[in-house]
Amino acid sequence: MSIEISENLRKKIEEIKNKFPTGKSPILPLLHAFQDELGYISLEVEEEIANIVGVSPVYVREVSTFYSMFNNQPVGKYHIQVCGNITCWLRGYDEIVEYIKKKLGIDIGETTSDGKFTLSRVECLGMCDHAPVMQINGDFYGDLTFEKIDEILDSLE
Amino acid sequence: MSVKILTKHFGIKDSHKINVYMKNGGYKQAEKALKEMKPEEILEEVKKSNLRGRGGAGFPTGLKWSFVPKDTGKPVYLCVNSDESEPGTFKDRHILEKDPHMLIEGIIITSYTIGANEAYIYIRGEYYPQAIRLQEAIEEAYQKGFLGENIFGTGYKLDLKIYRGAGAYICGEETALLESIEGKKGKPRLKPPFPAAVGLYDCPTVINNVETIADIPTIVEKGGEWFASLGPERNGGTKLFAVSGHVNKPGVYEHEMGYPLMKLINEDAGGILDGLKLKAVIPGGSSVPILRAEECDINLDYDSVMKAGSMLGSGAVIVMSEKTCMVKALSRLIHFYKDESCGQCTPCREGTGWMLKIINRIIAGKGRKEDVDTLYYIAKGIMGHTVCPLGDAAAMPVISFINKFRDEFEYYAINKKSMVE
Repeated sequence: MSIEISENLRKKIEEIKNKFPTGKSPILPLLHAFQDELGYISLEVEEEIANIVGVSPVYVREVSTFYSMFNNQPVGKYHIQVCGNITCWLRGYDEIVEYIKKKLGIDIGETTSDGKFTLSRVECLGMCDHAPVMQINGDFYGDLTFEKIDEILDSLE
Repeated sequence: MSVKILTKHFGIKDSHKINVYMKNGGYKQAEKALKEMKPEEILEEVKKSNLRGRGGAGFPTGLKWSFVPKDTGKPVYLCVNSDESEPGTFKDRHILEKDPHMLIEGIIITSYTIGANEAYIYIRGEYYPQAIRLQEAIEEAYQKGFLGENIFGTGYKLDLKIYRGAGAYICGEETALLESIEGKKGKPRLKPPFPAAVGLYDCPTVINNVETIADIPTIVEKGGEWFASLGPERNGGTKLFAVSGHVNKPGVYEHEMGYPLMKLINEDAGGILDGLKLKAVIPGGSSVPILRAEECDINLDYDSVMKAGSMLGSGAVIVMSEKTCMVKALSRLIHFYKDESCGQCTPCREGTGWMLKIINRIIAGKGRKEDVDTLYYIAKGIMGHTVCPLGDAAAMPVISFINKFRDEFEYYAINKKSMVE
């Protein structure tokens, strides 16, 4: 089974191949580009990237599963990643994550039944000056309180 | 008033834009370096400056550059380490957001010095908004002719590319970083050979931290001796200290090397939250040994912190108040290293998982008295027995937490509850 590649993605693939012409270097940028467009790295995506780079699909799988940012399964429209490392924990991670779990009715690693939110615990996001912190898709949200979480999550459509 | 090098533009509006940077003297040092200085002269200034690697290891930067072999016939690469993933560390993010051109100017000078025509910035995948800002800055620099062909009319050529990581702490280790750019799993290489000789695509490569490179324009401007004069012997310059945890004003503070730790906590960071007492500090990112409050009367430079039994590391100061349960705090760190172990070396791969099981058991109230010793000996078994420093980074917190707070660990294991909560 092959996947449909949009014009935009096709353009990105060419850019990546030109920018990183050496060996297997295009793999990580390609994984990012495919995930940005399709939401996750399916077996078909791995095969496609393997063809582009000239490696076996299992090689792409090894790489994509090594890096935690690549999703090997579909995630919700909004992927909420709450930092559970030392500083965020010192500043209230336990309460924050319990609040989000209760609000969305899901546990860590789960997606809401409408496919809107996925909740994950991640390691240090490098935003410790604003702990406790979460990242939703590309955006950072810091100095979290219950009120702030309500405001952020309620504003996402 | 401390001297400001890295944060001097932070308060200026639109400090990330090239016109603002140039209005404040930006790119003049790159021009001076390329037009008026030979690479050897710049190297000499950097050696004199006593600049030491700001990523955590503190290796003398000039010495590192001097290891690049001449005339191998192969291209030389510069890789800038912007993977910044050491828990507690967020200093480079501030440079990327507020002064990306200082970094780019440093990259131009460094690349010229080591003879590189191609440079990479490896940025952690989570720093997505920062990668966008950096890319915009790179494009501005190309438009002005500071990157690309014939820079400043000197014939020198440099291409600069961003390579985004994807959530692997290990890729901050320099050889894992190279593997990652090569499109592989980020598993550290055995050294030697060192990257200076065999690095990216098997070519001579220098890998430096963002903060290290951002210091270079100022060293060219004011000279190595001036930079060296800012800190104590063998510790030149200023340092960004990232203070987080139980303080009133977490943030990045720039001071000369050797700045007192307690002054940083009490004055810059506004003291301990809720007027509580200080219990402990991790002075250099999560991997370094913890200090008890009474051990914190020290100065922040590589040698002084080492003398106190810890390390300056990345300059990430994690502050804990008297209310902190050290067992639970350590469990966070073990969880992290277990998650981030690349799996290559058995002591690290198996040891971190084993330690996590034990500490979670203690926290769940199913601890055994001997658990504390077992934790300690597993950590000792990892220490020094792995290809890269991640093993040591996982072991040092465990060993130091237990050495300094053994009573709390034993209390939890025996009484099935925290001593402080």
